[in-house]
Amino acid sequence: MSLAAQRTRYVLRRLLQAVPILLAIVVINFLLLQLAEGDAADVLAGEAGSATPEYMAALRAKFGLDQPLALQLLAYAKNAALLDLGYSFRHDTAVATLIAGRLGPTLLLMLSAMAIALVVGTLLGVLAATGLNTWRDNVITVLALVAYATPLFWIGLMLIVVFSINAGWFPVSGMENVAAFHSGWDRVVDVARHLVLPAITLSLFYLALYARLMRASMLEQSGMDYVTTARAKGLTETRITARHVVRNALLPVVTMAGVQMGNLVGGSVVVESVFGWPGLGLLAFESLFARDLNLLMGIFLLSACLVVVVNLVVDIVYALLDPRIELR
Amino acid sequence: MTAEQATASPAGSAWRDAWRPFWRRFRRNRAAVAGLIILAAIALIAAGADVLRPGDPFRLAGQPFAPPFGAFLFGTDSLGRDVAAGMVHGARTSLLIGLVATVAAVLLGTLIGGVAGYYGGWLDDLLMRVTEIFQTIPFFIFAILLVAILKPSIGSIVFAIAIVSWPGVARLVRGEFLSLRGREYVQASIVMGMPDARVIFLQILPNALSPIIVTGSLMIATAILTESALAFLGLSDPNVMSWGFQIGSGRTHLRTAWWVCTFPGLAIVLTALAINLVGEGLNDALNPRLRDR
Amino acid sequence: MSEQAPILRIEGLHVRLPAGADRAFAVEDANLELHANETLCVVGESGSGKSLTARAVLGLLPKPHVVASAGRIDFAGRDLLQLDADGLRKVRGAEIAMVFQEPMTALNPLMTVGAQIEEVLDVHGALKPRERRSRVLALLEDVHLPDPERIARAYPHQISGGQRQRAMIAMALILEPKLLIADEPTTALDVTTQAQILKLVRELQRKRGTAVMFITHDFGVVADIADRVAVMRHGRVVETGTAESVLTRPAHPYTRALIAAVPPLAPPERPPAQHAPDCLAVRHLHKSFHVGGAWTGGRGKVVQAVRDVSFRLARGETLGIVGESGSGKSTVARCLVRLINADEGEISLGDVDLRALSARELRPVRRRIQMVFQDPYGSLNPRYRVGRIVAEGPIVNGTPVERAYARARELLELVGLDARAADRFPHEFSGGQRQRIGIARALALDPEVLVADEPVSALDVSVQAQVLELLASVRDRLQLSIVFITHDLRVAAQVCDWIAVMQRGEVVEYGRTSSVFESPRHAYTRELLESIPGRNWSLGAARSNFSDGAHPATS
Repeated sequence: MSLAAQRTRYVLRRLLQAVPILLAIVVINFLLLQLAEGDAADVLAGEAGSATPEYMAALRAKFGLDQPLALQLLAYAKNAALLDLGYSFRHDTAVATLIAGRLGPTLLLMLSAMAIALVVGTLLGVLAATGLNTWRDNVITVLALVAYATPLFWIGLMLIVVFSINAGWFPVSGMENVAAFHSGWDRVVDVARHLVLPAITLSLFYLALYARLMRASMLEQSGMDYVTTARAKGLTETRITARHVVRNALLPVVTMAGVQMGNLVGGSVVVESVFGWPGLGLLAFESLFARDLNLLMGIFLLSACLVVVVNLVVDIVYALLDPRIELR
Repeated sequence: MTAEQATASPAGSAWRDAWRPFWRRFRRNRAAVAGLIILAAIALIAAGADVLRPGDPFRLAGQPFAPPFGAFLFGTDSLGRDVAAGMVHGARTSLLIGLVATVAAVLLGTLIGGVAGYYGGWLDDLLMRVTEIFQTIPFFIFAILLVAILKPSIGSIVFAIAIVSWPGVARLVRGEFLSLRGREYVQASIVMGMPDARVIFLQILPNALSPIIVTGSLMIATAILTESALAFLGLSDPNVMSWGFQIGSGRTHLRTAWWVCTFPGLAIVLTALAINLVGEGLNDALNPRLRDR
Repeated sequence: MSEQAPILRIEGLHVRLPAGADRAFAVEDANLELHANETLCVVGESGSGKSLTARAVLGLLPKPHVVASAGRIDFAGRDLLQLDADGLRKVRGAEIAMVFQEPMTALNPLMTVGAQIEEVLDVHGALKPRERRSRVLALLEDVHLPDPERIARAYPHQISGGQRQRAMIAMALILEPKLLIADEPTTALDVTTQAQILKLVRELQRKRGTAVMFITHDFGVVADIADRVAVMRHGRVVETGTAESVLTRPAHPYTRALIAAVPPLAPPERPPAQHAPDCLAVRHLHKSFHVGGAWTGGRGKVVQAVRDVSFRLARGETLGIVGESGSGKSTVARCLVRLINADEGEISLGDVDLRALSARELRPVRRRIQMVFQDPYGSLNPRYRVGRIVAEGPIVNGTPVERAYARARELLELVGLDARAADRFPHEFSGGQRQRIGIARALALDPEVLVADEPVSALDVSVQAQVLELLASVRDRLQLSIVFITHDLRVAAQVCDWIAVMQRGEVVEYGRTSSVFESPRHAYTRELLESIPGRNWSLGAARSNFSDGAHPATS
């Protein structure tokens, strides 16, 4: 079997394995629905009182709310699979459409934050490990410790105070200056300017984590036998670090990054609400405010799908980096 | 030494023998000791909240938007509430929720992970699938959903945080149990006919405790951060003060009354930092290895 | 041997250890000489300082705590200890090369084998880039690796241990260094692979005229390849000389004791048991494992670890199960004590079939067959005192606590330790002493059969002799039957009455020790016997001249 065919088979198999997980989430959503006060239809219709009685009756029929629980679950699952996640009266659109529209900005934010965290974080980790116990190492370690203890929303607010309100370098909120009607390259720059603070805020916690993890990993690898072999061959210390140690030390960090991607979605809720970034997180915050549980559950389901896809990508990346792992 | 003495508390004397060198190693880490002192101070302040700032922290104590370092140590917010009073009472909330949620998560995770790691086989597969499902769920959104549906209260927040935290512990404990089960002294216990429960509790668990303790202590900080994030979004128990709530209520007046957000945030950072330092110190003390330092 | 000046001369070398170590110097006043086209074996037990001496030559000591504090190392007109970092780098790999013990961890798992070998050329600026590739392939052929192209493209985990070690040797010799230092390069390999690597080293040394400094703990290896020998103990060189003189007429008492502790290949005379009844009979044992492939993954592989294994054990006798890694011998051991459940077959302990018992039925029967484990540092729970460790078996099986502890103290004395050891923790004891405690623990339940899974493999040869003696005396005193798992044929020859040789899950030869050693029937057994390092030396009569009962630990 050719390499491409083998890899395709692997991807398909992983996506298939994800189905039970998504099913479980649908079930969890359903159970949550039951837990919430009021009729399920009340929840699904959003704000109580905004829907007409006819719509409510149709909703009840559609979800079979007078039928036994198991059939209700099936109906709910069927609707979810068909991407019919209900209707949001507050926004006057279908939930699915709403979510689709907000996905882009969240992805942009998440990917930028992860990129910053990984690149800067591992770099700092390498710098700390190679300058062990010097002031360079101590400063990086202390900063990492503090950043790791800092709540995202607070640091976001502080950054706004310092850089937006007082210094005026970056805009206070939003993704772009809609009124200016930028297009093409100008628009990219505009979005980028708005992206800086939110991306940095979201990345800080993970940056600290990866820096410390990379440092520990580098230290662990430096004691390995193959480093002694490399030294016995006559390599310079710099070359040993760059060509041998860093590559091996990177692996646990990549694994950790994969595990954390799911949490990034949660972090974006807070960051987007602080910066007014028009993504899924802000949508979640608004729906929370408006008691629109249906929308919230839809976002929940989608972010779970996102995590599944991201985990798959990370596993593939890891397999590309580590020849000992076979994609089976 | 008679047999009675030896068995009166063979486990007990083992613990006592372990304590002294452990404390010595912990003491050597100055950052950890500093963290411990800070934590103790915060705990004391939390315990003495009613003495330091008696009364309801939600009440109107003075002029709104009073700046800090004046009549009020940390100023007042938009409704005239004393920020310092809120911080002092909020400490209780954070520490309480952080501790209880973590203990619950650790107990649940240890149980599940231990059973999965020890027995293996189909039980392990099943429990790992369940853990995997919980780990795929974006935990913060799930916490939001749970708290929103169950109505925000200390109970629901503790429940939500525990539910999203246990998979990490389960994974860790499973790994430890799997590796310890292969240790020769554990195998010797099985060969001599020791019942499973005794093997788990007396042979494996004491040696698995160190990473569990370290992870648990670091989880307390994460739990506090999660609780404050939930509170920031408006999901705190309306009857108790919380640091996150303070920050959330002050964000609309960020330009004019920066102190309402800043000081409670510093409290969170300080508390989480102290806990992390202590956790690191525990790690170093429980796993002495030849270090580069 | 040769009259020319030595290539390497170590004079008065001192290697200092950090404060708090069990002695001040790892190496104290070491003097060694090595000439071209000659193999010097540096022999010693663990803690003798032989490895650190080798590393000191190339400046590979684990700084900053362990440093060479005094002495000179003369090589090609320079004192290596005085060279700066740049100077040392030029010497490493090009003039002096080193091969290490563990080929799996000594190679970078993320780089191909070929790339790592080529790196030596790259770093020293040798040859034009185009020529490097063919040079690498030429070296791989020189070390007799099949299909050099494939090996060069492979990652370390994709080739076997023996192949990895050959690749390491190729990497060391590619720039034709004058001196090759080999730090226990065959210790981690199977005995048959070890024989091949030793042959390779001999051949390469003769062809290229390289000087070889070979570190080892195994006198058999010394007998096979050394021209000269240096014996080290506690950081000092206690004896040097030609191989012939040291091996046949050792001068220093430590050397004599060390050589005496090596188990001879001739099985000792043991009166055959008077038709004692079988206490253990194994019939048609099968065990397979599924590797990889959970319900989520693809299909896994099925590995047949044990295939149709049968043997019997008479009362008071010792059966040795001998094999290399992957032979299934450890799996058999674990099936015997029901740590693993075999798939098929019968394990008859007297009148009971152990394999067929349910977990509940098994519990009262367990005490009749007990196990002694391999790793002295992993077989005792570090958190409990020794007394409790030994007494726990009887306590768990219903013996009253006080009696169990009394018995524990008796047993500790039986295995040669003081009864007061019961109050101490495992970490206060040495490896050999811990094995004794492990034996006491196994004996606490008065078993009929003892399964010993490589009980001396992790011990120094002098300590090994003591523990083997203990096992023999215990067996005779208590009329125990022992199943002895080992990969070391010397040990098997000394201790076992019967031998079963296993290869890839099957028993390929089964018979009395003397007949298996004198007239082996299966080709694999013959190969195993021929691979034993130093077998010619052992079978020589000269060995009996100095087996005066001295123990290396006491001299």
